[in-house]
Amino acid sequence: MLRLDGLEIRQGDFRLNADWQVAAGERVAVIGPSGAGKSTLLMAIAGFIAPDRGDILWQGRSLRQVAPGDRPVSMLFQDQNLFPHLTIAQNLGLGLSPALRLVPADRARIDAALDRVGLGGLGGRRPAELSGGQQGRAALARALLRARPILLLDEPFAALGPALKADMLGLVSELAEETGALVLMVTHDPADAVAFARRTVVVSDGVASAPADTADLMRNPPRALAEYLGRS
Amino acid sequence: MARRVGPVTRAGRAVALCTTVLTLGTLLAVLLRAETASFGPADWSALRFTVLAALAAAGLSVGLAIPCARALARRSFPGRGAIVSLMGAPFLLPVVVAVLGILAVFGRSGLVNRLLDVVGLPAVSIYGPHGVILGLVFFNFPLAVRMILSGWQAIPAERLRLAAALGFGPGTVLRHLELPMLQQTLPGAFVAIFLVCLTSFAIPLTLGGGPRATTLELGIYQALRFDYDLGRAALLAAAQFALCALAVGLAARLAVPARFGAGLDRPVERWDAQGWALRLQDVAVLVLGCGFLVLPLAMIVIRGLEGLSDIPAAVWPAALRSVLVAMVSTALCMAATLSLCTAISAGLAARWIETAGMLPLAASSLVLGTGLFILVHPFAAPERLALPVTALVNAAMALPYALRLILPAHREVEAAYGQLADSLGLAGVSRLRWLVLPRLRPVIGFASGVAAALSMGDLGVIALFANEGQATLPLVVQQLMGAYRMQAAAGASLVLVGLSFALFWICDRGGRRHAAA
Repeated sequence: MLRLDGLEIRQGDFRLNADWQVAAGERVAVIGPSGAGKSTLLMAIAGFIAPDRGDILWQGRSLRQVAPGDRPVSMLFQDQNLFPHLTIAQNLGLGLSPALRLVPADRARIDAALDRVGLGGLGGRRPAELSGGQQGRAALARALLRARPILLLDEPFAALGPALKADMLGLVSELAEETGALVLMVTHDPADAVAFARRTVVVSDGVASAPADTADLMRNPPRALAEYLGRS
Repeated sequence: MARRVGPVTRAGRAVALCTTVLTLGTLLAVLLRAETASFGPADWSALRFTVLAALAAAGLSVGLAIPCARALARRSFPGRGAIVSLMGAPFLLPVVVAVLGILAVFGRSGLVNRLLDVVGLPAVSIYGPHGVILGLVFFNFPLAVRMILSGWQAIPAERLRLAAALGFGPGTVLRHLELPMLQQTLPGAFVAIFLVCLTSFAIPLTLGGGPRATTLELGIYQALRFDYDLGRAALLAAAQFALCALAVGLAARLAVPARFGAGLDRPVERWDAQGWALRLQDVAVLVLGCGFLVLPLAMIVIRGLEGLSDIPAAVWPAALRSVLVAMVSTALCMAATLSLCTAISAGLAARWIETAGMLPLAASSLVLGTGLFILVHPFAAPERLALPVTALVNAAMALPYALRLILPAHREVEAAYGQLADSLGLAGVSRLRWLVLPRLRPVIGFASGVAAALSMGDLGVIALFANEGQATLPLVVQQLMGAYRMQAAAGASLVLVGLSFALFWICDRGGRRHAAA
């Protein structure tokens, strides 16, 4: 279980509070106006922003002193998810060993992960030789290899067209199901939230509210969400 | 946020500590030793000459560079890029070699005197205060051109377009756009060059001397090598350090323009400078400016080729020693620079670490050398440590330049990929190997080339320490010149230039080849 315990993050005038929990394996969307703090919330969980108050706990253990790379977390950023100077296979290999010391079994796992996301045989290419959708798949394949119990998606597919994005979300759903990972996905598109997540966190006015049923939220949005959706 | 402190960060902090100890520790050794001596009239005149020569050379370099940079900024013609590159060449040229080129043009039997002879005018002598200033200008005028040119190119194209739309003439453009830019650029350029001139040793050594043209550094050298007067050398070294520290403090208050500004090969579109008089002026300025640089360079090649057959056998082992010292000092310098960058990006005491890396700028290699001489001398014969000490000092002297080149690029890499690397647990040596080195390859190659060329041409600390058996190639050239074996010196210089530029080229090329996207 991921628990945000009286969490408060302050950056100048900006402030974000959260106090809730989600169960392992759940899929949760994070929605709200830009600048409200959706990314900040994910960055805090990933370990890039230190909370000013409160704590983040995974399975009852505080993550306060845990470095980003040691957290039970894989994160897909908005961009720069792959190192452009390394091949796709090397990029995936970093998920298994940061020193890239790979045994033959590791290489087999990399090939299998590439096959799984539909990039079989492309391990020798560099990211620039792949399309945007394929780059997203490669980043997902690395998350699959790392097999961390929490997957954070900070709108990594925002630059893709609608059809490709739907494909990618489908793939994320499948992978999450297979690995049993908890997924927190930032989105600004309510349709994504409905399609992907049973529960949704609304971030606005300095508060990341507790996850609520996505369908209920869309039917009967609270004031902040209604304003964001343009239904006020 | 708990980011692990890896071995590379720890190494960076150690490097910062080492440069501090090396610069300030040797200074302390100098100061402790200096108490016994007193500052005599000859020392005052050395101090005065050091300051006046540096002021004159910096003023002349900057003053001459303004029209030249202006012409380069507003003209576009084939060969413009070559001229901009030419302006970068003297920085990498071994000083003794350049001095030989200058002598071939302005020296006793040089081109200028032969011309004067034909016209029936008396010959001029290059040796003395004006020779030292001329030599300093030869090195720093092109540096000033590049710095001021980067100022010109920082004027936004939109503003020049607006000026054209409003019908500004050259005078109005000068008043509203160019003068404000110069006001910002010139003080920094002046102080930077003043500092370079203060710490120049090889030029006063070869063109100066005597009571009228002795600098503090030359005084240090003479006190150590000929009078064996450690106390007096230490006193002069302390004065030299105080002078440099003053100039560095001044430079820190001014924005010093980039020496290796990128994108200098891009001319600015100008609508106000189309008149034929202005065109003529720019052509004349560029011809004169380039001639001033090209003639000595050409003479180095011509005289060098003539002298190749006259090269004494001592040149080859000296060349080998020079190359080895350059390789070791370049490797040391790069390792130090990269670990400093890592330690700076780790955040803790970043400003202090960066300052420590820039400290050698304030220390001249002669002051460092004097301090090391004093420290080493009770335990071992200094000449036995000549080459290791030279490699170490050369690495330290190149460190500020390397840091200035690599740190901005390192910051960009960390900004773009730092979080991804953190999220994958890429730390320490792995981060260096899989992220930093591949991304920074081109700039590391270029910085290595600069460090190698600087070390190859160095004639500073080695002159204090070396005996016959450890002379490096620049020292051999200087000794040949001192013995008036000009032909042999010219041949040896050509070997030196060839090796320096070859090392630079190999490093720079190695960095750019296979540079990943």
